[in-house]
Amino acid sequence: MSGIDMTVELGGLRLKNPVMPASGTFAEELTHVLDISRFGAVVTKSVTPEARLGNPGPRVAETAAGMINAVGIQSKGADAFLAHTVPFYRRFDVPLIASISAETADQFAALAAKLSVDGVAALEVNISCPNLEDDGRSFAMDPGQTARVLEKIRRVTDLPLFAKLTPNTGDIVAVALAAEQAGADAVVIANTILAMAIDVETRRPKVGNGMGGLSGPAIKPIIVRMVYQAARRLRVPIIGCGGICSAEDAIEYMLAGATAVQVGTYTFLQPAGMLDILAGMEAYALRHGVTRIRDLVGAVEWPTRREQVSTNSSDRLGGGGGIMACGV
Amino acid sequence: MMQVQAIVLGNDWVNRRYKHMSVYAPQVAGLCQAGQFFHIRCSDDVTPLLRRPMSIYRYEPERGEVHFLYHVKGQGTQWLAARKPGDAVDLFGPLGRGFWIRPGWRRILVLARGVGLATLAPVARMAQEQGIGTIAVLSARTAEDVLSKDEMERFGARVMVVLDEDGTSEVAAVERLVREVVERERVDALFTCGSRRLTRLLQRVARDTGLPGQVALEENMGCGLGMCFCCVRPFWRGGERVNLRVCADGPVFDLSEVLEA
Repeated sequence: MSGIDMTVELGGLRLKNPVMPASGTFAEELTHVLDISRFGAVVTKSVTPEARLGNPGPRVAETAAGMINAVGIQSKGADAFLAHTVPFYRRFDVPLIASISAETADQFAALAAKLSVDGVAALEVNISCPNLEDDGRSFAMDPGQTARVLEKIRRVTDLPLFAKLTPNTGDIVAVALAAEQAGADAVVIANTILAMAIDVETRRPKVGNGMGGLSGPAIKPIIVRMVYQAARRLRVPIIGCGGICSAEDAIEYMLAGATAVQVGTYTFLQPAGMLDILAGMEAYALRHGVTRIRDLVGAVEWPTRREQVSTNSSDRLGGGGGIMACGV
Repeated sequence: MMQVQAIVLGNDWVNRRYKHMSVYAPQVAGLCQAGQFFHIRCSDDVTPLLRRPMSIYRYEPERGEVHFLYHVKGQGTQWLAARKPGDAVDLFGPLGRGFWIRPGWRRILVLARGVGLATLAPVARMAQEQGIGTIAVLSARTAEDVLSKDEMERFGARVMVVLDEDGTSEVAAVERLVREVVERERVDALFTCGSRRLTRLLQRVARDTGLPGQVALEENMGCGLGMCFCCVRPFWRGGERVNLRVCADGPVFDLSEVLEA
């Protein structure tokens, strides 16, 4: 044990550390590979009210430093989730966060009520999926829709609510604020970025659905920016999610303003990678004299104006004069 | 299954397109079954990002060896092709459900083409270990492209080769051959992998003869472990159409369940 205090708090839920899997990249199978009790929490694949088949294949295409998936939420439905998934995770000493997905706001509320049972520590509301009441757009593309669905869910459950936002919006801060005002206890920033890849030999899209969601290290700088922008305005904590492949990536998200992080695609490359990330975060804290990991949240430092002027001038003029620094 | 750093023993071309890689991985060599696969990291960096599923060509538990026969096609397999003896390769596995043998079978027929030839090679070993004979029909473009012949013969398989270059691999001809063999040799089960048209061919034979069959499928994968649902395909099971994961519910499936072969 390093003696570093790794605990963080998310909307009343205390986690032993800030690392958890991203929804859809984790399942019971991983318990055969590593001790999931060491995670801060586990997050299930999104469950829908009824069983769903998901999209036709192919469902995955590799891209530069990333992958596009078009799984389309294949789900066994809420009854199977309550009968099998919740009891399965009871044997592990780790909070279970149930990711929920539905096609209308009322369906979301009914599902949230149904899953507010003993053994579920929090609900992650996947509002990045299509909203049938809004012509198939994601709830989280729009602040009004985000508020509408979260208000309905808030009324039917006392569990902590984590709103999983989409990066496919023009104003992530407005959507995050809407989620907060509607009762979300934390926001997850973010889901995958809408993307497309075409096979130039066959001239067909590389995933069966035509478009899909881009994840992996390719998207990390975009999501870090969104976390930073939202963190300046929100009171509730942020869970950063997008392209984390190392302890340094996780620390970067925390410096930008995330209280916790979710690791997704990286688990496909390194099944036990989350534990390496945890160990690396402790090593980072030791190296930097950080005794409480939560002290890193939002601790990005900006150079002073004087430093900026001096850096700019030396960069551009090789340390010569100040003309360029004046904005020429 | 487990993640191991295997040491490359050999990595040699067997023809213009395929390489044969043997690795020392004693932790997993004893766990392998015919039809299972390893998810192999084919990069030192984040491009290519995903692991590559690769079926087991040979396993030698007593020597701690696992062998792969792979088509050098894209960025990942080109990286793999550049590994030299002594280099480490990151393996995760063995994964998935392999082929199975039913008690009472005396003879099986395997039919394969392309990379499926590698996947089916250890079936002959599994059959021999259980006192069952194997008849193998191997299909290829040219004589040079025939893979696994020696490997199958090593485990007592009787091998027949059909080729594009002499016209013997044409579907109708292969179907006639398979039906003749099935009838003459009293085959108990059919096995295939790696070709849609051969899978459909064998489905027809199985349906007409009432023989059971198995097929190993290939699909692009995300996790290889059953978590991401990226490698799902439609199957006919229990009277309904269901989406199953090739990595965790297969890669070997009952031939009669496969819908989009």
